[in-house]
Amino acid sequence: MNRIVRDDGFHPDDLEHGEFLTLERLEAGVEAPVLLQLEPDADPSDLPRHFAWISGIRIHFPNFTDGRGFSLAARLRQLGYGGRLGAFGHLIADQYSQARRSGFDEVVINELMAARQPESQWLAKSGWRQRSYQAHILRSA
Amino acid sequence: MYRYSEFDDAFVRARVAEFRDQVNRRINGSLTEEEFKPLRLKNGLYLQLHAYMLRVAIPYGTLDSRQMHQLAHIAEVWDKGYGHFTTRQNIQFNWPKLADVPDMLEALADVSMHAIQTSGNCIRNVTADHFAGAADDEIEDPRPTAELLRQWSTDHPEFQYLPRKFKIAVSGSPNDRAVTRAHDIGIRAVRGKGDETGYEILVGGGLGRTPMIGKVIRSFLPKDDLLPYMEAILRVYNLSGRRDNKYKARIKILVHETGLDELKDQIETEFTARRRVFPGVNQRLLESLNAHFAPPEFVDAESSEYELRRTRDPLFRTWCDTNLNRHRDPNLAIVTISLKPVAGTPGDATADQMRTIADLAKSFAHDEIRVSHEQNIILPHVPKAFLPRIHDRLKRSGLATANIGLISDIIACPGMDYCALATARSIPIAQEISQRFDELRLERKIGPLKIKISGCINACGHHHVGHIGILGLDRAGVENYQITLGGDATETAAIGKRPGPGFSAEELIPALERLLDAYLTIRLSGNETFLQCYRRLGDQPFKTALYPDSARKAA
Ligand code: SF4
Repeated sequence: MNRIVRDDGFHPDDLEHGEFLTLERLEAGVEAPVLLQLEPDADPSDLPRHFAWISGIRIHFPNFTDGRGFSLAARLRQLGYGGRLGAFGHLIADQYSQARRSGFDEVVINELMAARQPESQWLAKSGWRQRSYQAHILRSA
Repeated sequence: MYRYSEFDDAFVRARVAEFRDQVNRRINGSLTEEEFKPLRLKNGLYLQLHAYMLRVAIPYGTLDSRQMHQLAHIAEVWDKGYGHFTTRQNIQFNWPKLADVPDMLEALADVSMHAIQTSGNCIRNVTADHFAGAADDEIEDPRPTAELLRQWSTDHPEFQYLPRKFKIAVSGSPNDRAVTRAHDIGIRAVRGKGDETGYEILVGGGLGRTPMIGKVIRSFLPKDDLLPYMEAILRVYNLSGRRDNKYKARIKILVHETGLDELKDQIETEFTARRRVFPGVNQRLLESLNAHFAPPEFVDAESSEYELRRTRDPLFRTWCDTNLNRHRDPNLAIVTISLKPVAGTPGDATADQMRTIADLAKSFAHDEIRVSHEQNIILPHVPKAFLPRIHDRLKRSGLATANIGLISDIIACPGMDYCALATARSIPIAQEISQRFDELRLERKIGPLKIKISGCINACGHHHVGHIGILGLDRAGVENYQITLGGDATETAAIGKRPGPGFSAEELIPALERLLDAYLTIRLSGNETFLQCYRRLGDQPFKTALYPDSARKAA
């Protein structure tokens, strides 16, 4: 079973049985709110016209060293996406703060990762708001 | 000097605690070796040939005596009593134990220092002109900009897992002493039409196996726009840079494969969108940063002692002629302390030497020290009256070598002596060259000459931009040294060209002797430097000198 990690710890994955569409499928047209799954090479520039139909997006991290997902999330927020945004695939607890600061609401991890890096290790990163140089610069300006 | 705010201090201390925790989590198995690796690299810990190496940031090369004393202390407690200053204004400790590293980082935090982002695929510590705030040709001090970039790039959430490392250099002068054209991004202060200062932005420079000179992507960027523009470049690179081949992952390859114009369009589009959400914020901030770097109060000091010593002491005079640069205040001088004694290891300093330098800076030089990318130490603000005393003290510590800009002032990467990637020795070659030309007593006659040596194709020794570059390769188990000629690291940057096949370690020094003999014969006068001579005549006469026996060339 997957776990969703948020600032207050682990939660069961309420979207475990949800049907995630690919970008191509979405662009073919939909008639009800959908969940969307994006690969890190997705081009989101046309996505805003679909925002009303999207109830959640998850961005795939094929490997924790592949940082494209962070920029993709930031770009989605920049485009005005205000809905639920999750990261899934290979992420480690040490990336939780970066994920949150890039615009993700939550990180989805599998059972093996949840066992190897238990809740306490993720909760240790929940103070991500406190130490952001980027926020500090905005405050000082 | 930049003084840490409470925020900075809390940040670096939290970072030390986090790293301590990461080491423990590696040991208890929470982190795999693969996962731990980028985390330790981001904290400066690198695995070398024989041991770990800790690379400590000296942001834009600036430090004070207290910090230098602490580096000496760290070298003694946790290393073998010395440190190595690098071509990126860092200091490396070559023999730390993993378990000690959190304590070393703690000791750094105690003096407002850190090792954050000195390694790994992230934005590396920002470098700047080592004469900043002292040079007489400066448009503006590049350090406030560099400090702003340090803050912005530190743990930037988007840019911690880039395709490859990313280096930024800032210069505030038309004379480029920061090698901005060989960086992923080079930033140069320029004057706009209305005399306001802004930046020229260069992108895609880099050395390594595919050397490229950076290209101008914006000829004038208003200062307010710096951060959103940096974010636009980095975001386009993070999303589109190649991740399939580590040798093609630097931004220079993206520039090359996408084309400058197309990439520029993408960056401008991203910039326009980015600026809407992240507006220009840095003008006010820059002003407050400027205050940190306000020049010290210079007092007019009596300099007759200096003049007198010059006339009486030829050693002192020679040292002054090579190791001093003009300060913007005529009563002061910029002193370069050579870390290249004859037959020494370029860039190494013992703990005692670090303390000597720290004490001199404190007593005589407004408590400021710089590290240059040429692996020397600089006292940027020295009243001339103190020069004789400084020279006396340096002599006693083996630090008075008078060779700045000359043949023995060599940049050399660690090479086979330390580096796991090396294909040849680099430091011993530098030592042989300095020893040989010292024996020949030719150094002064040859004049300004930059030799740069790399121990493998990764080019950390900047050989591509050396007037004479030397690249050590491995040819079927035998060291082979390729020579390049005509490289240049300044505002007239150029990549050196290879005149012919390489030389064995034994053949190399005689080949250099022939090369420089030829130069001494064909130069117009003692004023024509090696580089000028090469530019005037091309490589033919030098080729003839290097390969007198054409039969060998065919072999
Ligand atoms: S150039 Fe090669 S040998 Fe020298 S430090 Fe860099 S990677 Fe190591």
